[in-house]
Amino acid sequence: MKVTKLKTNDLILQFTAKIVFFIIFFFSIHIFFAGHYTPGGGFVGGLLTSSAIVLLVIAFDLKTVRKILPINYMYMTATGLILALATAAFPIFVGKPFFTHFFDYFNLPLFGKTSLHTAALFDLGVFLVVVGVTMTIIQTIGEDE
Amino acid sequence: MINFLLFPILITFFTGMILIFFQKNIYLQRTISLISLGVATICALFVMLKVQRDGIQSVTFGDWPAPYGITMVADGVSTLLVLTSLLLTFFITWYSFGSIGKEREHFFYYPGVMFILTGVNGAFTTGDIFNMFVFFEVLLMSSYLLIVLGGEKKQLRESIQYILVNIISSALFVITVAYLYSIIGTLSMADIAMKITAINQPGIITTIAVLFLMVFGLKAAIFPLYFWLPSSYAAPPIPVLALFGALLTKVGVYAIMRTYTLFFVHDIAFTHQMLLIFAVLTIIAGCIGALAHFDVKQIIIYNIVIAVGVILFGVAQMNFDGLEGAMFYLVHDMIIKAALFMLVGIIVYITGTSDLRKMGGLMRKYPSLGWFYLIAAFGLAGIPPLSGFVGKLLIVQGGFAAGNTWSSIFILASSLIVLLSVIRIFLYAFWGEEGQTVQIQEKTYKQLYYPTVILVVISIAYGVGSEWVTPFMDSAARVLTNPSIYIEAVMKGAQP
Repeated sequence: MKVTKLKTNDLILQFTAKIVFFIIFFFSIHIFFAGHYTPGGGFVGGLLTSSAIVLLVIAFDLKTVRKILPINYMYMTATGLILALATAAFPIFVGKPFFTHFFDYFNLPLFGKTSLHTAALFDLGVFLVVVGVTMTIIQTIGEDE
Repeated sequence: MINFLLFPILITFFTGMILIFFQKNIYLQRTISLISLGVATICALFVMLKVQRDGIQSVTFGDWPAPYGITMVADGVSTLLVLTSLLLTFFITWYSFGSIGKEREHFFYYPGVMFILTGVNGAFTTGDIFNMFVFFEVLLMSSYLLIVLGGEKKQLRESIQYILVNIISSALFVITVAYLYSIIGTLSMADIAMKITAINQPGIITTIAVLFLMVFGLKAAIFPLYFWLPSSYAAPPIPVLALFGALLTKVGVYAIMRTYTLFFVHDIAFTHQMLLIFAVLTIIAGCIGALAHFDVKQIIIYNIVIAVGVILFGVAQMNFDGLEGAMFYLVHDMIIKAALFMLVGIIVYITGTSDLRKMGGLMRKYPSLGWFYLIAAFGLAGIPPLSGFVGKLLIVQGGFAAGNTWSSIFILASSLIVLLSVIRIFLYAFWGEEGQTVQIQEKTYKQLYYPTVILVVISIAYGVGSEWVTPFMDSAARVLTNPSIYIEAVMKGAQP
């Protein structure tokens, strides 16, 4: 007799995950930008984003998620590292000590008066590294059954 | 260029990131690694010359004033060690081409080497005690990668022990730094030194000194804390072993040297006496291990332990001769250990075994390898005019000057045991009846042979040309004996 594997019905989980993914993702971006003056930043933001992706992994599976987000997380980590180091190293070329950060106030349309920092670029690097490393770990562990 | 002293660290760091993108292309990885190591070595040489000419260089990150920001300091000690470690890694990387295997090269071996070097050089250069912890973590993370890379059964077993020991010691490190911070209220090393002087090192600070010795002693493998080293280091392949043996324990030794000459200098009768006793015990333990084993890797690994003892004995004298000797011996030991591990790696490659009793008669087919091994062995034992001699002479001189006559004589006697332990390899492997050999490829042999020989030649040059090295060692010893030079150089831009 042929044994058919019982198909689990996770329609509700999958449907909710699709919505909740975006809620978590946008919240992580909010946390990321909050980071300069209030709690938050690249590290927490990155963790939140990767937790959103992990939710998708749980609701669907690794193969599907890899199809939705065809990202090489190794390269993502390296890109993040380079971005962070480049931001930190930029002051070398203008004769300031390593890691010196610059900021100024700009009048942007829609946002009004906004302060822009080079520290945010560094944090973006951290964000990419955290997402990259977390997802690499989860993919590696998840792959071997 | 105020940031120039950072270049040796940044170049290797940046290269490590770039290499991740070329995971598939081994030849490109090899080329980029060698070029960047070469460039970084040249930068390190220029930094050293600049420090020698213009005095200590320092830069505080983020343009903050000195005691508040993280300061990186290039003085005589750190520049010498940075240059040596870069030079060694250049040759070890070259040596890896023939011995590490494609499998590992595909899985981030070269980025691992670059990141470990970033950690090592950062730890040598930093002037902030917490930042030193961070760089320790950088080098430990990369060493976890390198020790487990390849996934052999033995590697997996030993890496668990290695990771466990290092996690515990890292936790202790943070706790100790927290203790120090709660009393002193600062993390900048120059500032700590100043404040400890101001309160004249009460008993609680001496307790912290003992804790620091424990933390760094675990990394440097001093007597009872070396237990993890012999088995863990024997697990990874030879190039990784050479890298670990030459660099990792030396970072611990450097940290002890720095803290015991900069911070804890007001109760020498207790702290440095303790250091002296542990140094002597370390040498004894290392000697026993080196004589007991028939495994060539183990013999050289136990020689690491002996050398750590000798260097710390020099530090414990706390006088100019002893510290200059310690610096001389530290650099000598880094070079010669890398060379010896590489030589032993070639022997293992030819014979297919690391058991001495199965080897023999290599002299007939590989005479030049045999003679180079003999030179390296003599250099390790400190036979003049080879590289170990000057360092040991100065250390013993310092020991006599400080009144530690018996222990100094013991150090001299231990050289004989070191000589015996490495000559045993020569006798078993190169002399006697022909033993086991396996089929080898001539091309691979050459790839292993050339970097090794050049490194042995460098060690000979270091010994014979010690006249030219002396000015650099002098300035290093001056910084170590006179902490105020270091403090003034770092704090010169600080507000009162």
